[in-house]
Amino acid sequence: MTRLDDLFATCRAENRAALIGYLPVGFPSYEESVAAMIAMVEGGVDAVEVGVPYTDPGMDGPLIQVAVDQALRKGIRVSQVFDAVEAVSAHAPTVVMGYWNPIEKLTPAVFAQKLKAAGGSGAITPDLIPEEAEPWLEAAREHDLDPVFLVAPSSTDDRIAAVGRTNRGFIYVASTMGVTGTRATVGNRAEELVRRTRELTDLPLCVGLGVSNGEQAAEVAAYADGVIVGSAFVQALQDEGVDAVRRLAQDLAAGVRRRA
Amino acid sequence: MRIPGSAPELPDASGHFGPYGGRFVPEALIAALNQLEQAHAEAQRDPAFLAELDGLLTNYAGRPTPLTEAKRFAESIGRGARVFLKREDLAHTGSHKVNNVLGQALLTKKMGKKRVIAETGAGQHGVATATAAALFGFDCTVYMGEEDTRRQALNVARMRLLGAEVIPVTTGTKTLKDATNEAFRDWVANVETTHYAIGSVVGPHPFPMLVRDFQRIIGVEARAQILDRTGELPQAVVACVGGGSNAMGLFHRFITDESVALVGCEAGGDGVETGRHAAPLTAGTPGVLHGARSYLMQDDDGQTLDTTSISAGLDYPGVGPEHSWLRDEGRATYTGVTDADAMAALATLAKTEGILCAIETAHAFAGATQWVRAQEDDGQTVIINCSGRGDKDVDTAARWFGLVSQEDIKKASDERAAAE
Repeated sequence: MTRLDDLFATCRAENRAALIGYLPVGFPSYEESVAAMIAMVEGGVDAVEVGVPYTDPGMDGPLIQVAVDQALRKGIRVSQVFDAVEAVSAHAPTVVMGYWNPIEKLTPAVFAQKLKAAGGSGAITPDLIPEEAEPWLEAAREHDLDPVFLVAPSSTDDRIAAVGRTNRGFIYVASTMGVTGTRATVGNRAEELVRRTRELTDLPLCVGLGVSNGEQAAEVAAYADGVIVGSAFVQALQDEGVDAVRRLAQDLAAGVRRRA
Repeated sequence: MRIPGSAPELPDASGHFGPYGGRFVPEALIAALNQLEQAHAEAQRDPAFLAELDGLLTNYAGRPTPLTEAKRFAESIGRGARVFLKREDLAHTGSHKVNNVLGQALLTKKMGKKRVIAETGAGQHGVATATAAALFGFDCTVYMGEEDTRRQALNVARMRLLGAEVIPVTTGTKTLKDATNEAFRDWVANVETTHYAIGSVVGPHPFPMLVRDFQRIIGVEARAQILDRTGELPQAVVACVGGGSNAMGLFHRFITDESVALVGCEAGGDGVETGRHAAPLTAGTPGVLHGARSYLMQDDDGQTLDTTSISAGLDYPGVGPEHSWLRDEGRATYTGVTDADAMAALATLAKTEGILCAIETAHAFAGATQWVRAQEDDGQTVIINCSGRGDKDVDTAARWFGLVSQEDIKKASDERAAAE
């Protein structure tokens, strides 16, 4: 059992969805990014997705890319991601959100060892598919970390079943075909994909891409086990700072408890 | 018996060239990559598809391209060398890029998609894609780094004349790398209606294989032409390498000809030793970028490094995975050619042969010159892939050689601005 398993068990007992919040390390500075992640937890986020800054974030929209570019220009290092995980894990379970190359560069074994030592629970790897993941899966097994792969609306049932067998912790369900960013509506493809995935795995299903407010969170919480919010937190932090992050977390936390 | 370092049967079923290649992309793209892989496999066995492609290459693109002996350029090298140029600059649109794009356009039609997108650096692939889109009646969007839209302004105008939408990319380095990121983002969001016509032997499987298969005709023709002309295989075939499509196109048919050296010329920028270059095979390390594992310019954290090259088409931190495999196997050798050496070769070629090549291509002429002079024996025969023509680069070359004064340039640009 990892902390994520405990979290989803608790949420099930409370008949609500879990709220997972993303922020990249180093934006707008290392200190502020960690303060904002902790504020997120104080506002009601159940688990924090700690973003590893990367120069070529292919699954992110312009907002997160610009934020991460800024963090990199200021000199953020991958080693500081583990510092952030350690600081935030004292408050809530953490998973890192990391593109593959920085993990491969450090080597999967060392990355896993450092992540575990910092108190992290697992890693979401948006540009890694199970077929290419053997070294990572081996390292994750050895250090008892949850590997989290994604399913998308275009995924076949065979692939969803394979992700169900490979993942631990939860499955990241990409709500739409597209990159990260806030959207006016989450769309009905997410619900359809959750329904399809539910038939193929017992793992908790967390929906990401496009959720930005409590109302949307409630809508998604009606059919998913968790709601993942990223760009809206980055926008709040960029526009109004740490307090705005806390307020957004409160709004979203109320949403996942409404299950509208 | 398999010749060491030769394996034209690669990639394997999962898209790997040894440790290189593969698929490192969001799950959302896997279905489209599978669809493309299947469409390509069917097309390669379909006589009607192959006949249609052959007809386009012959009657639209102007293939086969000539093999031109460059006697005066060879004299400038010395050592009794014979130099033959594979004239991809004479193909329609002015570069080898058309070979790949016509193939991918036919695949797009076969898959029932009506929109194509592309990334471009120098603009040659963008122009080729816009051309094919016009011919097939597809909607076309080309992503181009903002810096490149400035240094290759002529090609931006060409693409727009051909009906394509050109989107300047302002993120990151504002060059080919970030144009590629934007094209991938567009593709993820629109994959059900859109084909991403990648312009080089890079990206997730099946692209490195598919683009190679469409470019392979360069080497197939060149090999037959040189045998016809000289009765022998050359000692070396030489090409410039950015992503590596013109080089892979020339090399592939020669991989099993053990006696033929395969020489790739990367962008050495200010000199590989300065760190300001775009030569991952010469000075990079293996990593993952844009969907595949290959040599890459990256720092200790796995962050992609900025690149430097006078050539927009070679100014890219990655390279095709099959090149990485050929490098490690020792079957091909790769060398960094500096901006200065490339520009000198461009001028020599122009003055000795009356051929103004692209700045990308000029790297191959400089590299071939260095290769010939480094051999023990005189009388080497080499084929250089003259991959593109240089019309688009006249402005850059004029500045480099001081053929127009800074005042002239300013005056002309002021006049343009006033006219607008």
